[in-house]
Amino acid sequence: MNNRFINWFRFASPQSFYPLAGKMIPWFWGLTAIFGVVGLWISFFVAPTDAVQGEGYRIIFIHVPASWMSMFIYLVMAAWAGLGLALNTRLSGMMAQALAPTGALMAFISLWTGAFWGKPMWGTWWVWDARLTSELILFFLYIGFIALQAAIDDARRADKAGAILALVGVVNVPIIYFSVKWWNTLHQGASVSVMKSPSMAQTMLWGMLIMALCFWMYSIAVALMRVRAIILERETHTEWVKELPEVKQ
Amino acid sequence: MSALLAIVRRDLLIAMRRKSEVLTALFFFIIVVSLFPLGIGPEPALLKKIAPGILWVAALLSTMLSLNRLFATDHADGTLEQLVLSPTPLGLLVAGKIMAHWLTSGLPLVLLAPVLGLQFDLEPSALGVLVGALLLGTPLLSLIGSIGAALTLGVRGGGVLLSLLVLPLYIPALIFGAGAVEAHISGLGASGHLSLLAALLALAAFFAPWATTAALRISLE
Amino acid sequence: MNWNSPAEFFAMGGYALYVWGSFIVCAAIMVMEPMLAKKRQRDILRTLRRERIAEELDRQ
Repeated sequence: MNNRFINWFRFASPQSFYPLAGKMIPWFWGLTAIFGVVGLWISFFVAPTDAVQGEGYRIIFIHVPASWMSMFIYLVMAAWAGLGLALNTRLSGMMAQALAPTGALMAFISLWTGAFWGKPMWGTWWVWDARLTSELILFFLYIGFIALQAAIDDARRADKAGAILALVGVVNVPIIYFSVKWWNTLHQGASVSVMKSPSMAQTMLWGMLIMALCFWMYSIAVALMRVRAIILERETHTEWVKELPEVKQ
Repeated sequence: MSALLAIVRRDLLIAMRRKSEVLTALFFFIIVVSLFPLGIGPEPALLKKIAPGILWVAALLSTMLSLNRLFATDHADGTLEQLVLSPTPLGLLVAGKIMAHWLTSGLPLVLLAPVLGLQFDLEPSALGVLVGALLLGTPLLSLIGSIGAALTLGVRGGGVLLSLLVLPLYIPALIFGAGAVEAHISGLGASGHLSLLAALLALAAFFAPWATTAALRISLE
Repeated sequence: MNWNSPAEFFAMGGYALYVWGSFIVCAAIMVMEPMLAKKRQRDILRTLRRERIAEELDRQ
């Protein structure tokens, strides 16, 4: 028990996490590719044409996974941030910082594909539908987090300030979602939803799940790549960085 | 408790000495609200419909304007560090500062809103709901805003950054606040909105001073 | 199989703009982002290498 505990903390130092992340990245890229190929195959060739939405519904195979990931990454980011505040570990803040741009891009993909789905289905590029609106606000929250961290020069302070913002945000996300939903039902907005399509077949669900796995693996891979760069940027003047083979060459 | 009141009194005194800052935010509120009819057109039915939203958005922006000086001046002259070092719990002092901020920037909005509401032809009962919603909502704005003000203390481009951080968090207040008046006008009754606003206020009153305190300590490290 | 010919596949039953507009932008982002991360890593490594060389020259 005790031993395992020590092992975990060993990887919590940037010095030992840096090579570990380097080893893990190709594996996650491999998984991304596998899930991506299978997921795309299902989305385009296995899943049948939707009776109501025609071929246009195939957008949900990236829209829904991107929306899921954008929310999930915010939670993970806040968890890392909270961990960093509580245990004062250096790596946590770096992980939160590495995840934020990926989360923001996922939110952006979700909004973009939502608009491209909405145009043929609703007839407009944008509808103030509860899901889309909450996604937009989530995107703003990511931008706020990134902007705050970019504005503070001292890395430790940036981590801690970002952590507080992420935690405040995580408390607010359900409140925002609920309030937007309330606002939407009051104003009787569009109730058509991507997910509520009447013919949600089993194969479509499978396609979406596998694409979600692909997005998940992608997010991990790209966040690990970014965290490696952040580790080097922050630890520039430490001995272990100077001893790295890629620096010495 | 006396420390809290002392902070409130001190901040109110300072605000009285620098009347122009308080008045600027207030006139900003008036001007923004008056700009909308000019931009949209003087049609009474339309203006009546969008009045709650306009008044609330203007209230959010005007609060944003005054948030900057919540901690900045005290930070600049070193008072803030003395407050952090004082034996009184910082959370209490922060609560006092938030209260003073509300008294100087939130309360005037609440008092002014019915007059502006008249410009939009709101009925007396709707004006009453508007005042009630603002009375519950503006302290909420001060509380949430204080977190942002503490986080951006002494940071490059703090003012713009502050609005980027805080405005998304203001959305629930905006929805329930403006929604209360709209629900009242449409005959649905505003009690649901107002009680949700009150619940948010209670939640924020509990958590926000605490988060602000943590953010201040980080900013002053 | 849903498609009888490649042309039919690319036409997406009349939804080509929307389907491909979504998938291509998504793919472009997912290619760009790792490239930017890679560039960030390369940039910092180059700086570190330069600093190391400068230090060695100082010592000499």
